[in-house]
Amino acid sequence: MDWQIIVDSIPALLEGMGLTVQLTLISLVAGFFLAIPLGVMRLSSNPIFSAPVLGYVFFFRGTPLLVQIFLIYYGSGQFRPFLQEVGLWEFFREAYFCALLTLILNTAAYTTEIFRGGIQAVPHGEVEAARACGMSGFTLYRRIILPKALRLALPAYSNEVVFLFQSTSLVSIITLMDLTGVARVIVARTFDVYEIYITAGLMYLVVTYGILWVFRTVEFKLSGHLRDRAVDPAEALKLHP
Amino acid sequence: MFDLKGYGWMLWEGLSITLMVGFCSLLLAMVMGLIGAWGKLSRNKAANLTATTYTTVIRGVPELLLLLIIFYGTPTLIQNTAEQMGFEVRLDFNPFIAGILTLGFIYGAFATEVFRGAFLAIPKGQGEAARAMGMSRMLAFRRILMPQMWRFALPGLGNVWMVLIKATALVSVIGLEELMRKSYIAMGAIKLPFTLFFAAAMMYLAITAVSMLGQRYVERWANRGIRRA
Repeated sequence: MDWQIIVDSIPALLEGMGLTVQLTLISLVAGFFLAIPLGVMRLSSNPIFSAPVLGYVFFFRGTPLLVQIFLIYYGSGQFRPFLQEVGLWEFFREAYFCALLTLILNTAAYTTEIFRGGIQAVPHGEVEAARACGMSGFTLYRRIILPKALRLALPAYSNEVVFLFQSTSLVSIITLMDLTGVARVIVARTFDVYEIYITAGLMYLVVTYGILWVFRTVEFKLSGHLRDRAVDPAEALKLHP
Repeated sequence: MFDLKGYGWMLWEGLSITLMVGFCSLLLAMVMGLIGAWGKLSRNKAANLTATTYTTVIRGVPELLLLLIIFYGTPTLIQNTAEQMGFEVRLDFNPFIAGILTLGFIYGAFATEVFRGAFLAIPKGQGEAARAMGMSRMLAFRRILMPQMWRFALPGLGNVWMVLIKATALVSVIGLEELMRKSYIAMGAIKLPFTLFFAAAMMYLAITAVSMLGQRYVERWANRGIRRA
């Protein structure tokens, strides 16, 4: 074990972690806002809305993320003349843009499926009550269904966040310098294979369990009204002598 | 539908290797999962700690990084250890074996949770009744718990399989010529990246679709004779 090389490489690795976190956050936010309308469309009884979403979700959940990344990064080259004509080639030439686009589309597909489950789990009585109060359409979704659905989907969503965070490591394959990418470059230069990779692995481990801890805390805060009120036996005796 | 200019056979070859790696890794993952579940449920402190560390670490680190650690790290570790003891060892992993070992090891952690949940789902009375009939712990496990556990484990194992088969694409990074690697090589020859990777994607999608049907069939078979509410 060579400790010096670990200490020396930590700043570079942390910089890589910065890109990893950045990719995760941007894809998460974009994926979240894409997934809400997609989840609602997925449940529409009109196949014009539900069928395309079904196909999209099936494709992105049924193929490896690596294929999706290659499809966009290398595959866009096949349409280069067209992309140049419409002025999009500037974007597709960049590995960063391709990686981000793929991650967004991928996580949006998984999140759509999670939100669909959440929406379906909303008790029917609550929807009926809202309708009886005269709510319908957009108001019903905004006030009643979506807040409840998102809360019900939170445990599954926290898993998706962790999976997304970990799958960003694949962007190192298309030359991006995320945590895994930086680790690979350092290893190629120094041959200190396990020192560097294990340090990088520990960084991933810490952030993963950090994310899980944050979600557990949020879940706990959001479910306050469902828990039994903590009663101190001594206090209870004082109140009812 | 796809004009692959005569390179289609490369993708089919890659597909067969992908499936082979997938099946072998699943078998290994199930063995690791059973051992892990035993460790997590056992009263032995050391076994418990080992199994918990195993699942905690594996699930907290990306598969790609674990693959790199195992593929590049293990030979170096063994060589360095041997060197310190005064031996000269040259070790190179075969990517096929390394891929199976890594994927089996990683998804063994997920299978551990599946099997643990399945064992806990069996009503407690079953094991107690077996013990009361005079069966030893081992015999009760083999005759009573194990056969009933599968029914609860099947949905989870199906999920592990579907994630695992997609993760085989990562093994292309260490040079195993499975579906992704073959598509990449063919891309160098025919310059049709989108067509090639889309064909590869369709093959993965076909595996997923067949697996979903297979899972439904196997679950129905496993649940025969179970009354449903």
